[in-house]
Amino acid sequence: MPEPGRALPQPTPETKHFWDGTQAGELRLQRCDECRHTYFPPRPFCPKCASRKVSVTKASGRAILDSYVIHHRKVPGFEPPYAIAVVKLAEGPRMMTNIVECAQTPEALQLDMPLEVVFEKQNDAITLPFFRPAKG
Amino acid sequence: MPHNTVAVVGAAETTKLGVVPDMSQIQLHADAALNAMADCGLKPKDIDGVATAGETPVQTAHYLGITPTWVDGTSVGGCSFMIHVRHAAAAIEAGLAKTILVTHGESGRSGIGRGPRPVPASSLNGQFEQPFGPMGPPSLFPIPVLRYMKTYGVTHEQIAMVSVVQREWAGKNPRATFRDPITVEDVLSSRMIAYPFRLLQCCLVTDGGGALILTSADRAKDFPTKPVYILGTGESVETPMVSQMESFTSSRAFSVAGPTAFREAGITHKDVDHLMIYDAFAHLPLFGLEDLGFVPRGEAGRFIAERNTAPGAKLPLNTNGGGLSYMHSGMYGMYALQESVRQMRGTAPAQVPGAKISVCHGVGGMFAASGTIIFSNQKP
Repeated sequence: MPEPGRALPQPTPETKHFWDGTQAGELRLQRCDECRHTYFPPRPFCPKCASRKVSVTKASGRAILDSYVIHHRKVPGFEPPYAIAVVKLAEGPRMMTNIVECAQTPEALQLDMPLEVVFEKQNDAITLPFFRPAKG
Repeated sequence: MPHNTVAVVGAAETTKLGVVPDMSQIQLHADAALNAMADCGLKPKDIDGVATAGETPVQTAHYLGITPTWVDGTSVGGCSFMIHVRHAAAAIEAGLAKTILVTHGESGRSGIGRGPRPVPASSLNGQFEQPFGPMGPPSLFPIPVLRYMKTYGVTHEQIAMVSVVQREWAGKNPRATFRDPITVEDVLSSRMIAYPFRLLQCCLVTDGGGALILTSADRAKDFPTKPVYILGTGESVETPMVSQMESFTSSRAFSVAGPTAFREAGITHKDVDHLMIYDAFAHLPLFGLEDLGFVPRGEAGRFIAERNTAPGAKLPLNTNGGGLSYMHSGMYGMYALQESVRQMRGTAPAQVPGAKISVCHGVGGMFAASGTIIFSNQKP
């Protein structure tokens, strides 16, 4: 029997645009049409001013490494040690992710290093956004 | 609103703490509740309010044979019990109940009579955190630490001193799980769990429980125990996802709950003789000291490393040994409250001489929630 893989998200009506976006190679955020606040995680109203007039926007995919841990215990779908990271997107919101194409060490993972999004298909329904050291 | 009209009259932990495989979780609640009732000479028929987390107040009230006129099932993690105390004080003042029992019991280590607590894949946590490999609090709670360290230039050695000093306090407590002294070197060479945190910077995992009984200050004088008055209380919540905290160098929930309690109590930091800050992990006392205003931003690491919270020093902190050395069943807040009550009664194993005011500050989830209670043994 194959080993169980990593936990995967189950999209809801309010988050479907985000997961459709990752499948299409886009990191999608939402922005309030009234107060212009850009926010994450998804919801169909602005968490700052409560307006329901919000739009889905495509993020640049640029981010910096905000903070992380390097996890040393075994988790299905992961080979320790691996970093569980939080990145700060150029548009403002933070999100949890994994850092790929980079050694999983304190020396390689420097806070504030520039990152860019990459998308990795997990199955036919789910593609996850990861981040790698920025190339440009 | 100052809660100066309510007191704790009964307080007890479970008879056994640590590894208790012969008791289910609901029985740990009951064992603590029966001990607290015995402490102040009450029976279940005398209790008309029940607050609990982990189990529901329905389960606890029925199991103990209580018919309540007021219940609170607030369950926001380990500080739920601080928040229960706050709600209980308000309920007693409002006349909704006269004698309120707050219970905690958790078979955190043995897992007897408790189910798994999976994160649903459709929840926001399940969609936007779980896919990236966390496995419970040890993998998520320390996420802000590296940012905090970089922002203020805090060192690994300074944070290691949190564990060292708390072990000194635990050494004075016969009921503490770990009592042998440790060094900074011991902490920094213990097994890596989630860099930057190692085993000795993570809480224990044990079984146990505790219970409190509150009533009006006017009635408190009729009880056999020394009343411990509630001077001030605070509560707040921020986010279920650590990745969505407003800041990684401060907890918004701490920054609301703590100052709210100080305002209600009408005290300043100089008035505080004894302090408990829920320490599931070693950075929590640092965030707590700063967010509650005991030290300026970024100075808590140095403050602890310079032994200002150690036995005999000016600000005794986590005098039972804390979640790092005393015990931690999962929702540790009740044990912090118990230690504050012992200190105010003058019965703590590591008693702070002459202590009159104790601040007890709790966290729930991964900085998701917070509750603060300020106690005094002086009638307001």
